[in-house]
Amino acid sequence: MTAASAKIALSGVTKRFGTKHVLNGVDLQIGRAESLVVIGGSGTGKSVMLKCILGLLRPEAGSITVDGRETVGLGTRDREALLCRIGMLFQGAALFDSLPVWQNVAFGLIQGRHMQRRQARDVAMEKLAQVGLGPDVGQLFPAELSGGMQKRVALARAIATDPEIIFFDEPTTGLDPIMADVINELIVKCVKTLGATALSITHDMASARKIADNIAMIYQGRIIWHGPACDIDRCGEPHVDQFINGRADGPIRMQVRAA
Amino acid sequence: MPLLAPVGRSFLYFLNTCGNLALFTAVAVSHCVRPPIYARLVLNQMVQIGYYSLPVVGMTAVFTGMVLALQSYTGFARFQAESALAAVVVLSITRELGPVLAGLMVAGRIGAAMAAEIGTMRVTEQIDALTTLSTNPMKYLVVPRLIAGLTMLPLLVLVADVVGVFGGFIVAVYRLDFNPAIYIGNSWDILEPIDVVSGLIKAAVFGFLISLMGCYHGYYSRGGAEGVGNATTNAVVSASILILMSNYLLTGLLFTE
Repeated sequence: MTAASAKIALSGVTKRFGTKHVLNGVDLQIGRAESLVVIGGSGTGKSVMLKCILGLLRPEAGSITVDGRETVGLGTRDREALLCRIGMLFQGAALFDSLPVWQNVAFGLIQGRHMQRRQARDVAMEKLAQVGLGPDVGQLFPAELSGGMQKRVALARAIATDPEIIFFDEPTTGLDPIMADVINELIVKCVKTLGATALSITHDMASARKIADNIAMIYQGRIIWHGPACDIDRCGEPHVDQFINGRADGPIRMQVRAA
Repeated sequence: MPLLAPVGRSFLYFLNTCGNLALFTAVAVSHCVRPPIYARLVLNQMVQIGYYSLPVVGMTAVFTGMVLALQSYTGFARFQAESALAAVVVLSITRELGPVLAGLMVAGRIGAAMAAEIGTMRVTEQIDALTTLSTNPMKYLVVPRLIAGLTMLPLLVLVADVVGVFGGFIVAVYRLDFNPAIYIGNSWDILEPIDVVSGLIKAAVFGFLISLMGCYHGYYSRGGAEGVGNATTNAVVSASILILMSNYLLTGLLFTE
């Protein structure tokens, strides 16, 4: 796959905060309707990479293209037009506390697409049903929901506008294994139904195996392995091998360990 | 020169903050005059700032007016100038105490609430979520608060003026045995439109500053609960200081011949 034919392509993306280099030249391509999961330890730059693609952070160097069009340095209107085609599920759900659930789900339709509130409400209820939540939940406020329900609502919000691209930031973090699997299944179902391109970041290997067509591993701000999900167990890359097996010993040295 | 380094760092931090605040203000004001304006959110903020601040501003004003009457009477009685009591109360309340005390009370109530709400939205990624949902956080969060602060504080000060003067009237008539008709007449005679208008101009500036500080500190809060706490404190402290500083400048501008 070339950068031009990829749905999303990152080339030499570099981002630093002060003297700390978080991304050191990330190269990555994601094909159309592909589900790519980026794995990596905490602090390796996964979320920063996602925020660079979304335009929430601006990389110091490198190129990020969507459908072959450069997105780094886009103006406000062009950025808003691009974001209309993207759905995002945040790690902590990031639901708006002051709005009831249905308005959270319908937010992108009302504000971004200027849909009538009544029509947007119907779509929101439909999306809530798709993630297994009844219409009564639509009237509640986010603070009244459990963590798993908040994640479902966040997923409903991410798919509400039928986006071409969906990003999932640690979708199963903080959930019990059963609820995590429910969320994984919903992600697979929603992505397949929409035919969307999905980019997920996680350090939960069970989640990665479930939702990924391809997996990439990021380490020290670079992609060190990228291949089909079914090949990860025999990839022969020692960093990947240590990470997926969760071993303390290996080439990856955690900063918390004594020297 | 280890002693100079912290001074230099603090000075650079101060300059950086001033630059950030100037940019934030310019962007926010530019969004205030460009559509779309979220009328529903503006109205909601007007209710929060205007209606829900009425009790605290009213209580502050009435007791300030009462104390002012008592203290002025005690002082003026020493040189037989008790008749100036009504004039002192009405001018002090409309020109200075109404706008400044209402501004400080609203800074404590609303500035803190704005910084806490927007700061919490920042640290829980709700502001990032707004951006990904094609909504400009400046337009959605900051502009309604600035417009509501700018328009509601003059109305609150108008109420504070009436209530404060009434507080002075109560003490003068029921405790100091002034004739009510004469007291009201004296107040009315001395009062000029500029006295009230200057207070309202000050109030509009204070309202803008309170909202600006609340939004700015909330918008740039970092580091979880502690960061939100710091943002709240900084919003109230900086708004209060700016109110007192701008009050002096505006008084000089409006009343110096």
